[in-house]
Amino acid sequence: MALKIVKGSIDRMFDKNLQDLVRGIRNHKEDEAKYISTCIDEIKQELKQDNIAVKANAVCKLTYLQMLGYDVSWAAFNIVEVMSSSKFTYKRIGYLAASQCFHESTDVIMLTTNQIRKDLSSPNQYDTGVALTGLSCFVTPDLARDLANDIMTLMSHTKPYIRKKAVLIMYKVFLKYPESLRPAFPRLKEKLEDPDPGVQSAAVNVICELARRNPKNYLSLAPLFFKLMTSSTNNWVLIKIIKLFGALTPLEPRLGKKLIEPLTNLIHSTSAMSLLYECVNTVIAVLISLSSGMPNHSASIQLCVQKLRILIEDSDQNLKYLGLLAMSKILKTHPKSVQSHKDLILQCLDDKDESIRLRALDLLYGMVSKKNLMEIVKKLMLHVDKAEGTTYRDELLTKIIDICSQSNYQYITNFEWYISILVELTRLEGTRHGHLIASQMLDVAIRVKAIRVFAVAQMATLLDNAHLMTGNVQRKGICEVLYAAAWICGEFSEHLDNPMQTLEAMLRPKVATLPGHIQAVYVQNAAKLFATVLKNQEGNTEGTAAQETSQLMIDRLPLFVQSANLEVQERASCILQLVKYIQKLQQKDVEVAEEVIALFAGELNPVAPKAQKKVPIPEGLDLDAWINEPPSESESEDEQPKAIFAKEETKHSRPRHTEVDEKELARRREVRKQEQASNPFYIKASPSSQKVYQEAPGVDHIPVVQIDLSVPLKVPGLPMSDQYVKLEEERRQKDRADKKKKEKKKRKEKRSGRGKKHDSGPESEEDITPAHMVDIVTEEMPENALPSDDDDKDPNDPHKALDIDLDNLVEMAGRRPLADSEKLPVRSHRAAEPLKSPAEDGDAESAASQEPKKKSSKEKREKKKDKDRDRKKSKDEKKKKKHRHEEKGEDLLGSQADEPVVQSEETSEVAAPPASNTAEVSDLDFWLSNAPVPSNTQEAATLPAAVAAPVPETPSGTAPDSEPDEPKDTEPEETDKKSSKHKKKKQKKEKKEEKEKKKKKKHHHHHRHSDGGAEESVQNGTVEEEEEEPLPPMSNYCLLAENSYIKMENDIQGNLQDGSQVVVSVIFENKCDSFLKSMEFNVLDSLNSKLQRAEGSGPHDGLTVPFQLPPVVSNEARFVFTVQSIVMPQKLKGTLTFIVKNEDSSTHEKLDFKLHFTCSSYLITTPCYSDAFAKLLESGDLKCSSVKLEGVIMPFHHLLARICFHHHFSVVERVDSCASMYSRSIQGHHVCLLVKTVSEPVKLEISYNQLLCLKKKKKKKKSVLSDCDLDFSLSVPLPPSLFRQ
Amino acid sequence: MIKSILIFNNHGKPRLIRFYQYFAEEMQQQIIRETFHLVSKRDDNVCNFLEGGSLIGGSDDKLIYRHYATLYFVFCVDSSESELGILDLIQVFVETLDKCFENVCELDLIFHMDKVHYILQEVVMGGMVLETNMNEIVAQVELQNRMEKSEVSPSATLKDHASVLTSNITVFISLVADLRIAAHISDVASDPNRSDVAVDVVETTDQSELSRPSS
Repeated sequence: MALKIVKGSIDRMFDKNLQDLVRGIRNHKEDEAKYISTCIDEIKQELKQDNIAVKANAVCKLTYLQMLGYDVSWAAFNIVEVMSSSKFTYKRIGYLAASQCFHESTDVIMLTTNQIRKDLSSPNQYDTGVALTGLSCFVTPDLARDLANDIMTLMSHTKPYIRKKAVLIMYKVFLKYPESLRPAFPRLKEKLEDPDPGVQSAAVNVICELARRNPKNYLSLAPLFFKLMTSSTNNWVLIKIIKLFGALTPLEPRLGKKLIEPLTNLIHSTSAMSLLYECVNTVIAVLISLSSGMPNHSASIQLCVQKLRILIEDSDQNLKYLGLLAMSKILKTHPKSVQSHKDLILQCLDDKDESIRLRALDLLYGMVSKKNLMEIVKKLMLHVDKAEGTTYRDELLTKIIDICSQSNYQYITNFEWYISILVELTRLEGTRHGHLIASQMLDVAIRVKAIRVFAVAQMATLLDNAHLMTGNVQRKGICEVLYAAAWICGEFSEHLDNPMQTLEAMLRPKVATLPGHIQAVYVQNAAKLFATVLKNQEGNTEGTAAQETSQLMIDRLPLFVQSANLEVQERASCILQLVKYIQKLQQKDVEVAEEVIALFAGELNPVAPKAQKKVPIPEGLDLDAWINEPPSESESEDEQPKAIFAKEETKHSRPRHTEVDEKELARRREVRKQEQASNPFYIKASPSSQKVYQEAPGVDHIPVVQIDLSVPLKVPGLPMSDQYVKLEEERRQKDRADKKKKEKKKRKEKRSGRGKKHDSGPESEEDITPAHMVDIVTEEMPENALPSDDDDKDPNDPHKALDIDLDNLVEMAGRRPLADSEKLPVRSHRAAEPLKSPAEDGDAESAASQEPKKKSSKEKREKKKDKDRDRKKSKDEKKKKKHRHEEKGEDLLGSQADEPVVQSEETSEVAAPPASNTAEVSDLDFWLSNAPVPSNTQEAATLPAAVAAPVPETPSGTAPDSEPDEPKDTEPEETDKKSSKHKKKKQKKEKKEEKEKKKKKKHHHHHRHSDGGAEESVQNGTVEEEEEEPLPPMSNYCLLAENSYIKMENDIQGNLQDGSQVVVSVIFENKCDSFLKSMEFNVLDSLNSKLQRAEGSGPHDGLTVPFQLPPVVSNEARFVFTVQSIVMPQKLKGTLTFIVKNEDSSTHEKLDFKLHFTCSSYLITTPCYSDAFAKLLESGDLKCSSVKLEGVIMPFHHLLARICFHHHFSVVERVDSCASMYSRSIQGHHVCLLVKTVSEPVKLEISYNQLLCLKKKKKKKKSVLSDCDLDFSLSVPLPPSLFRQ
Repeated sequence: MIKSILIFNNHGKPRLIRFYQYFAEEMQQQIIRETFHLVSKRDDNVCNFLEGGSLIGGSDDKLIYRHYATLYFVFCVDSSESELGILDLIQVFVETLDKCFENVCELDLIFHMDKVHYILQEVVMGGMVLETNMNEIVAQVELQNRMEKSEVSPSATLKDHASVLTSNITVFISLVADLRIAAHISDVASDPNRSDVAVDVVETTDQSELSRPSS
């Protein structure tokens, strides 16, 4: 035995550790793979041992091998074993290995949930830290869901080290489990103001990542970030915030105005280049979002450009690069400011650093004008010649084409020059952009009619010299140009000087080496050329020349008939038969030229790229339906000739054959038959096809070896673009001279003759007349083109799921409270499970409302996109926002069918709960409009509307529905034009609704008690109007009991589904440094109220609290009580017992408490609309009573907020210092309340009514009444400090 | 977000790889090769940003790297990170390594890949910057090392005394009739020459403008 142990440890001693492994690998350089495979065998042996140290060592080595590219997933389970070691050393090794090689499809991950949870709650902060770090790398949706709550708890850990890690990892959790975003957000937001700078920075980091993808949801945080920006000294945080602002400003131009000043200050003051750069970047974003031309902003632009120039001139290449990068952003909106630095940018083109050259190229794009285009392109052409490396050269090539073709060839004055540039570019060796040049050639030739003569001549030369290009046959190679050349020569053959020569060039045997799709074009266009040639020859001479041409065709075409490419083959055989037929006719001396030409007659117009997409689908046409039965298996996988020239392809398909008469058709059918007969792929009908093969030239005619010329030859006859530059200058000079002559008398200013050197003033763009009468044909669109087609967003973007409205979480007045379904899954006692919270109508609704919500926000985004350009639209957007919320409100109402209050349908529409974040938005508005910006007037005008003055109305609470017939389902378009009166009305209504809405969600707030800060306060829609002081913080949670170990706070909610149940949420907060466990919660039941216990337990057994509390952690548990009567307040005595565990000892402790059920605990916030409210009052079923309360010294709106918040009422209507309120008990009693301030500061009159459902007994009615009396007499008259019950 | 962090030497040999999104092993190696190919052909006096490694991520991503003596530190980041910020972060990371290893050189990274990982974990977590204050990072790393020492020491005594024991190795060879030992000894004996790569890593150009004032 002893020997075994000794042997074991000696074995271990000689196990390789990581260092030995590395050393070994280094010593076996020649047979590394073999050595490693023996090592892996050893590792496998080690993993089989029981000793965890050996396993950990093995796993550590595996991590190293993983880096070298070895798959170690087979050891996943061992990794989990090591992770679960109790020792930090091994645990760390395990987590490291897991983070390197686990991923979502690793199946053992699901085994780790509990281990990770244990580590997260470990008393050792480094265990927790290591678990968090590991988890951040391999978190899966399941892990995220299961652990979200534990991580949330860690966000309030005592140690900043854990807090910051927990905050950071939340981002990963959000990505994997988007549902956690809403519940976690308040705490995340809280962490923005964490005392520890590291935690703060982490929170900023996370929110910036979130906001980058869905900025609009975070707009409401702008004030907070603004505060941070002006107060923080941490450059990391500043950079992040400034970047975030850059993302937010496009959504809210006023934010930009507010930002400019502090940013400018930072730019002036900071010495950190990184910060300076980000500031400049954001200022640029701001400037882009603002309308240009404001005098004070041109200063900012100048500042930016100036700073950027300094960066670009810096010797540090990094700064130079970034400077150019930022410059290109300015370029988009303020090209003028950048153009003045052209010298600098051209200089950068010569930089030795490729990244910098590329950036400079980007900038050139925006700097060209009619005047300097030729000059700039000339410079680029020089670079093309000099450039080494095809990537850079290709980049240059695309840039040249981009620059020239931008905005519909706006800057090109001389297309002959452009064509010759394109032709010059074809001489590039090894470029991959042949198709780009080709499509440019086609585009220009088709759309610029005047250039066709020239273009055709150039293309003919190209075809003649095609051998120079055919060396590069690869796809997208330069030979693609021949496609364009052949097509242009064919289509516009009437302009050819010597069509015969071109025809010959196109029928050379060498053509057969080109890619199939090019050959096809050759064949087709040879036919077109043939038609032209025929026409010329028939006109001029006796028939012989024409017959020779036909013979040439007949001789050469069989080469193509043999082609392996079906398209070529088909076209060739078709045309071959045609020519043969023509030859026959010619021999009979029939004039055929006219008829042949008719085959290709017809004018071409360019088709817009999107035209096809925009053709409306005719009714009743299902494009997805199969026309025939689907093929059983896929056809041959041969490369289908890809449509490279999609645009051009559509042009070929024009309906020319309309002019072909029937006779022709019959003839063609014949030709087709013959062609099929000669096609080797058809089952032959007759043996006559042999003949065709005999006519074909021998195979040896086809050159097999291509001569690849490494040095491009100068092709004689090809024009040099340079000459055009000179010509152009001369032309311009002449133009100017002419003009001068003409306008001599009119002009005050004399224009000097020519050249820049002599130019007295800069020539303006308009002075440069194009060399040709250029007719840039606009592109055709189909009739009934559908107006919009926006590129769709990537549906797989994980961030899309995080597009969640968070405003209401931030501001109380928001619209969507956290529904129960959105709570993080907490491991909780079974008993609590079935009890859904008393949300209005259950979870179904919130779930339902979530769906349309997301959709509408998407819609909105799209709409917004459309409008992005015109920026006065912030107003529009706001309106739209409102509209969106209205829509949603309707949804909500729709599902509230079982609400007791009867509503006319109109009303429900009209009274649809309001703009989700109107209050919040107006807060933001308020913050934003503080900025003294002159141009703000327009927006400012709309703001007060949101805060419209109260419209006098009867305070009795019987106010009729204000505008029942208003066309409320407003189209988003009806915006600016609305009369101000209309607006006011609407706003007022919204205000009102908002209040109700706000109340509605009040009772949801229990789960975020920690958030009881200022933002928790109830905000009244009319805050700004009256300049009321902000509300004090309120929390539904009140202290239950407290001792030195633990603090308990509770909140009581009625359960709507079950009229006899009440849910008590208790937050347990560990106040000491010890671990609290085995908590048991027990209450002494009364006759009326009983604690629901687990099945099978006696009436005096306690309930175990389903968690343990590490030091300074709080968690929430929920307990359910059954109540018989809800008409009397209750006090229940209870005890909490728990074990306090220290390192060395553990003690049993207990804490007594009294649970107080007030009558308002049984009330449920229920919205009510004024007409229903009026009916209720009219019905006379309500008992009425009133009470005067004195000594209330709080502002009226605070009082209302408090009543709403603590007693679950909702405001139906409020006019000045009078408000009607409504609530409903869990058993369906109505309680109406009229709150009135009678004499100014202190006196308050409350009259209240209550109606019982008819079934209830009279007796009960009364007691409820008295009960309410008690309730309010208890709470309201007390001074505010005690008002919290 | 930081998409990945790669450290490799002048010959493209990986010294540390850390991907914050999943790639299979072959893909990882391919990315390393491609990145090395892109980075290694650049002069030292060109800028430290590179657009578009085609393998990782999209057009949004940038490679930001620094070259220290024999090692390349390459961060692949998306547009939410500040370019200069990441450059500084690399500097902070390398200086931290320097502090933790005392004059760090490539060999430290070769033989203590795990430790380098632990240090990196204190700087970047899950692709997001966790801590930029060097003192804080070093403090946390050392605390954890101390913890490890206190745990491991009892069981590691044997190992620590291995060198002493090797002198008596003949005694044990009879006990452990395993040829592996011989191989092992040869491994141990040929301790590579530490000076072949040792170059002081940090040329402190003191650009650490980002170091946070500890307020």
